[in-house]
Amino acid sequence: MSRTLVVVGNGMVGHRLVEAVRAADVAGDWHIVVLAEEARPAYDRVGLSSYVDSWDAEALALPGADHATDEHVELQLGDAASAVDTGRKLVTTASGTAQPYDALVLATGSRPFVPPVPGHDLPGCFVYRTIDDLDAIHAAARRARDGRGRASGIVVGGGLLGLEAAKALRDMDLSPHVVEMAPRLMPLQIDDGGGALLARLVAELDVTVHTATSTAEIVPEGHRLVARLGNGTDLDADLVVFSAGIRPRDDLARSCGLEIAERGGVLVDEQCRTGIADVYAIGECAAVQGTTYGLVAPGYAMAEAVAAQLTSGHPATFPGADTSTKLKLLGVDVASFGDAHAQTEGALEVVVNDAVAGTYKKLVVSDDGTTLLGGVLVGDTGEFNTLRTLVGRALPDDPAAILSPDGAAAGGVGVDALPDEAQVCSCNAVTKGAITSAVHEGGCESVAGLKACTGAGTGCGSCVPLLGKLLDSCGVEQSTAVCEHFPQSRSELFEIVAGTGIATFSELIARYGSGSGCAICKPAVASILASLGTGHILDGEHATLQDTNDRHLANMQRNGTYSVVPRVPGGEITPEKLIAIGEIAREFDLYTKITGGQRIDMFGATVDELPRIWRRLVDAGFESGHAYGKALRTVKSCVGWTWCRYGVQDSVGMAVELELRYRGLRSPHKLKAAVSGCARECAEAQSKDFGVIATERGWNLYVGGNGGALPRHADLLASDVDSETLIRLIDRFVMFYIRTADRLQRTARWLEEMDGGLEHLRSVIVDDSLGICAELEAAMHEHVANYVDEWNAVLSDPDKLARFTSFVNAPEAPDPTISFRTERAQKVPVLLGTPEVSRS
Amino acid sequence: MNCGVEQTGDPTAWTRVCAVDAIPEAGGVAALLPGGAQAAVFRDPSGTVYALSNIDPFSGAAVLARGIVGDTDEVPFVASPLHKERFDLRTGECLDDASVRVSSFDVLLDDGVVFVRELGP
Repeated sequence: MSRTLVVVGNGMVGHRLVEAVRAADVAGDWHIVVLAEEARPAYDRVGLSSYVDSWDAEALALPGADHATDEHVELQLGDAASAVDTGRKLVTTASGTAQPYDALVLATGSRPFVPPVPGHDLPGCFVYRTIDDLDAIHAAARRARDGRGRASGIVVGGGLLGLEAAKALRDMDLSPHVVEMAPRLMPLQIDDGGGALLARLVAELDVTVHTATSTAEIVPEGHRLVARLGNGTDLDADLVVFSAGIRPRDDLARSCGLEIAERGGVLVDEQCRTGIADVYAIGECAAVQGTTYGLVAPGYAMAEAVAAQLTSGHPATFPGADTSTKLKLLGVDVASFGDAHAQTEGALEVVVNDAVAGTYKKLVVSDDGTTLLGGVLVGDTGEFNTLRTLVGRALPDDPAAILSPDGAAAGGVGVDALPDEAQVCSCNAVTKGAITSAVHEGGCESVAGLKACTGAGTGCGSCVPLLGKLLDSCGVEQSTAVCEHFPQSRSELFEIVAGTGIATFSELIARYGSGSGCAICKPAVASILASLGTGHILDGEHATLQDTNDRHLANMQRNGTYSVVPRVPGGEITPEKLIAIGEIAREFDLYTKITGGQRIDMFGATVDELPRIWRRLVDAGFESGHAYGKALRTVKSCVGWTWCRYGVQDSVGMAVELELRYRGLRSPHKLKAAVSGCARECAEAQSKDFGVIATERGWNLYVGGNGGALPRHADLLASDVDSETLIRLIDRFVMFYIRTADRLQRTARWLEEMDGGLEHLRSVIVDDSLGICAELEAAMHEHVANYVDEWNAVLSDPDKLARFTSFVNAPEAPDPTISFRTERAQKVPVLLGTPEVSRS
Repeated sequence: MNCGVEQTGDPTAWTRVCAVDAIPEAGGVAALLPGGAQAAVFRDPSGTVYALSNIDPFSGAAVLARGIVGDTDEVPFVASPLHKERFDLRTGECLDDASVRVSSFDVLLDDGVVFVRELGP
């Protein structure tokens, strides 16, 4: 007979508990009842600030949170628990339902702390915790924007959440003021020096910071509010948001007699058990042995521990939490780790405060200066991963030298100093020891090899630079040479070709390389020449440089036949064109398949059939889709606001415009793109090299996404830009990639390995920090102006056409090795039994 | 079946491929031999002509003539267009797997015209 588990609270931690129990409880022993106060299923509260980008609650939804298809989970939304009778094992809800339980888990989370300031409950005062809170702030901000002048908002509290709230207000077009009682921002995580720098960097972003002062009272003035600060300043604003910390929601626990920790929170032991049998508490409402945690990761660990006990019956403990933090607030990198406030007895602090560079770094070390205890990094958190793994260990060098940008340990802590058990890749738990042994014993010689062999760097990618350093320290020389014929890297060759105007491979290899080339450098140079607009890729000696598919402007399949993909911009196609494709495929007896890029692939064409197929396609209004090229493939789109009742922009129109703009442009690797018409993201733009998502006010541009074997979520490069700006930014992005990436390096890996990462990319592309944007745009205009359809160009050139034969001495003869059979009503290749390979 | 190739009745006789200039420099063409064998005929940048079987031994597909021609340590090779295994143009030996070899053909250049024939037993 099944037992009943009642979970009070449906936040991220409560939801994780349900998921973990369901995953382990294969037999379905537990019937789970979730009592949720909010009217919507659990959502990503950590990502709450991103709600401002789209105002679409769906975008924050946690997968499976509605438990719609799970008969073992009963989700009672909008009906909070109001009382617990631990004697009768009964929970009563706000609606009056009495729910018996065999096990009870309290996951009530926390509530925002609102200081008892007079006027804190006036209309126009808000807290920052739920989607409903943000909706209310949004409505007030909209009303305020309708008034005269720039609207402004006050955030009470300058901690992590306060700065998030300030960002949200700024994104709503309000001018934010942050009021913090402590002498610095983020007082819990960082110290005075770091806080001062943070305040300066944040001020540059149009946020006014008032520290070391309280908010004395809030008084209404007309439709607005005035906040009187303790230091005598009066701030008038359209709204006030309180985010002065959180308090555990332990009221339910108090009322049913559970023990409460000294500083609040339901007191539990390391197994998250309260003093009463079968009652547990997890997440922000729990005080594990007296300590509360305001982060989601420890909450998840508690949920896993309780789920394991409920499903296995064995004790499982909360393993404690690493409270190291690394985050980006308002675009500023901030990190703290270990004993950041030097609370260990005798701890010493070493600080490097570079006001010019805008970086602040502090290490906390033991009294003898040999052991790292903790630290604070602001403005540049590049060394966070390395330093965090060193906490509690001997320092490899004098602390000042470690922090010094040009000191003995230039580039930060040498990787040599890391102990073998230090975790380099925390996503996949790969240690330094595993990596060095993959190099020494496994023979890995490149970052790509390490990724394949150990899995390191395949999660968030933040450790990729560290992998390179580890290879260096193992004595592996990572050559950037294209191949044995060119000592230069691809980007160096690109600059040479662009600078010298060399227009052929033979001249380039004669002047800058050696030998006669190979299957690596020839296609790489062919791509560079094509990117720089040296004519049709099958012109003259370019033809024999091209890789397999480019060589015949079609995709070679396993039996030596080709597949043909005409361009269908944005996936939009008329019935007439669909019929034309059908007729052509029928006439040439081609296998047809819908591709992932919203177009149609026709397989089984022989070399000699290709021009005849193209002729028919071109006559029907099609052109090459460049499915064969390291070039733009498709710009996928959802149907957008034209039809979709959720759409906020014309995603198909934008996709068509982008696809026609970048079609045919040769790049270091293929380029995929997508445009979604709303935040529901049906076009999956965040898995593309560049992805565009419509917002109510314009477009958000994401870059560096990837599907495939190593998926990567794209990064947001710019928000709410208009169409013209969007296209200008993509022009620059794509051209910068073409100029600087390695051969066959997708944008995802390019961005991961870029020094300075996304921030650097943004400074180059958006702020034009290198002063090259005009050049990049001009190159793109050149491409757009000179585009011609490659298929059509072959059809009108007898010399090129003559190469599309199976046999030079028998132009009409078909290849006798090619044969087909039928499968699911279409032709497919007869597998060529690999012939007896002659073994010498 | 008439393959368009002049039949001589003698499988060891020479088959005309094309004018040497019709082979792209550092590229290849395929030729059909009487009896159905296929030769991949290449010209390296120095003008030397080579002929190998057109069948890629790793896939069984008749594609080697469509591979990229290059060199490594002065050894001229063609890389299979399917998976890039390289074959020595002079001997047919696979440079990436010493146990694999494709057969090579005799080449005759006569007045700017290339002929090939299968090697005798």
